Amino acid sequence: MSNAPVYGVGAEFKSATELYHAAEVIRDKGFKWWDTYSPYPIHGMENAMGTGKSWVSTFVLFGGMTGFTLGISLESLTSIPRPEFLKDIQSGWLLDLFYPLIVNGKPYWALPAFFPVMFELTILLSAFGAILGMLISNIMPRLNHPVFNWELFCKRASDDGFFLIVEAADPLYAEEETKKLLAELGGTQITVISK
Amino acid sequence: MAHGTTSVNANSPDYIAAAKQVERPPLVGSGRGFHWITEKICSIIEGDTPRWWWIAFFISGAITLLVPLSLIYLVSTGIGTWGLNHPVGWAWDITNFVFWIGIGHAGTLISAILFLTRQKWRTSINRAAEAMTLFAVICAGIFPAFHVGRVWFAWFLAPVPQANAIWPNFRSPLLWDVFAVSTYFTVSVLFWYTGLIPDFATLRDREVKVWKKKLYHILSFGWRSSNRQWKHYEMAYLCLAGLSTPLVLSVHSIVSFDFATSVIPGWHTTIFPPYFVAGAIFGGFAMVLTVMLPFRAIFGLEDLITEKHIDNMCKIILLTGSIVGYAYLMELFIAWYSGNPYEKYAFWNRALGPYWWSYWGMMICNVLIPQLFWVNKFRKNVVAVWIIVWGPNIGMWYERFVIIVTSIHRDFLPSSWGMFKPALNDITLFVGTCGLFTWLFLVFIRFLPVIAIAEVKSVVPEADPHFHGKEDHKGGHHV
Repeated sequence: MSNAPVYGVGAEFKSATELYHAAEVIRDKGFKWWDTYSPYPIHGMENAMGTGKSWVSTFVLFGGMTGFTLGISLESLTSIPRPEFLKDIQSGWLLDLFYPLIVNGKPYWALPAFFPVMFELTILLSAFGAILGMLISNIMPRLNHPVFNWELFCKRASDDGFFLIVEAADPLYAEEETKKLLAELGGTQITVISK
Repeated sequence: MAHGTTSVNANSPDYIAAAKQVERPPLVGSGRGFHWITEKICSIIEGDTPRWWWIAFFISGAITLLVPLSLIYLVSTGIGTWGLNHPVGWAWDITNFVFWIGIGHAGTLISAILFLTRQKWRTSINRAAEAMTLFAVICAGIFPAFHVGRVWFAWFLAPVPQANAIWPNFRSPLLWDVFAVSTYFTVSVLFWYTGLIPDFATLRDREVKVWKKKLYHILSFGWRSSNRQWKHYEMAYLCLAGLSTPLVLSVHSIVSFDFATSVIPGWHTTIFPPYFVAGAIFGGFAMVLTVMLPFRAIFGLEDLITEKHIDNMCKIILLTGSIVGYAYLMELFIAWYSGNPYEKYAFWNRALGPYWWSYWGMMICNVLIPQLFWVNKFRKNVVAVWIIVWGPNIGMWYERFVIIVTSIHRDFLPSSWGMFKPALNDITLFVGTCGLFTWLFLVFIRFLPVIAIAEVKSVVPEADPHFHGKEDHKGGHHV
């Protein structure tokens, strides 16, 4: 282990409370490349870690706007008469669009009747945005990761263990001192994780 | 997040006594910890397959075979093998479609609306209820797809340019339905799978067989339980809940538009959307209890699905059942008050015409039977609850039958009045979908965690980072 490249130093904490306080200290010391691990999302942890708000909601907004635009254009362009400036274009696709029919005695451009499809497509693409945003922000799927080299972590992180890992990539990282710091914060099972 | 109080002395005996009075029962019974939760839920999947499961699996699987058999007969012979006729062109098929779609709604209500309203008790029931949603929507989809007659043209419903250059009619409620139901199914799958990601990681970390470990690892997308991941995960989950809430309300509203936008007396009413949504939640919760109480007993999940959970669900059934009852009475009132003879006749015919038994069956099952839940003793008795919820289960099927068949079998012209009798193929297909629903649910409880492990962990008292021991009342966090 001594010669293998090091990913970082990890410690186990007894409870969510201890992990939370440890995270606050690590945040205040100015560490950048570190993370906490718990079997469930700890309430308020983003503040304790100082990681800020998630941007997934932005993906949702753009997904929703795309869905809305798609819905309204799909419904409008297939239902209204061909506009004057497109009269000369002879493509098969355009012939499929602009096929005005009077159905149910409603006008060609019947916004109230178009509402449900617009709405559903907005929701559908917003949901795609949420999933895509989560996967992109988390860089998932990612199957190999150095944290899985730590046996105790693999056994307990998704069961009842609370872990904090400081990466060697962090400018403030110094193996012995970081180990000592984690021990002072109440960390046990302090382990150097190989890459 | 409430922190310690400043003006009140939280250690005074008065304060503690008062706090005890308003304290809510814990959501996870017997003070169970994180490891117990993992063990309990994972052991259901990891243990040997129980004999009862195989028996139930084969029986429901055999019943499920009725679905392909009925459909082959239907497609090869013709839509007339259902008992449809003129004037009853919609009957059991659409009844069953609306019935199954409605059942799905409770799952989304639990996973989305109760999430947004911070009802933490939802955590132990949402996984199974969402699974139920998916299976119910699968059952529902069969009916309209085959009711189109020539099922090989069902793709005409999708908005793709066709050879004859005509697009689907975007002004038609039936097309709105296609979009609503397919969006509903897709978003429910995404929501459900998102919830499963951390639980797959838990299963992976416990698994000893290499191939299974790898499989779970892939299914969990390499989840690391990291709080940087949890942050984005929670935001995505919140957004999905926020999106599913208007979605679920829209789905049954749009289903009700299939009827309400027509001019048939008995269908053409503005009360339909809210009345359908309330009815869907009502019937859905009844189905949640119907399937959940047996597996709670079999797997000994009493500490996770506590009396409090059952009590809450009974109260929701009572509330939505009363809304449905109010809607029934309001329909009658409007039929009388409108002064429209056709409308009046439609309702007179419902209650006293040839299908009177279905109307009164619906009234008894949906309006009267759930009122038993006013009694605390019934809500606390699991057996009583399980028996009572069969009222809404049956009643909601009757409701759709009443709305559909009694409205169209006698419309404006007496010369075109008729009666509907289900054909054998109607019955076998419906029974088949009941088998399919059960079969899918059995597969679900055998192979996937029936309770959301990570979510339940987040509602035990120790999960709170400001928790300082069980006797502490200063935290201000109540579950």
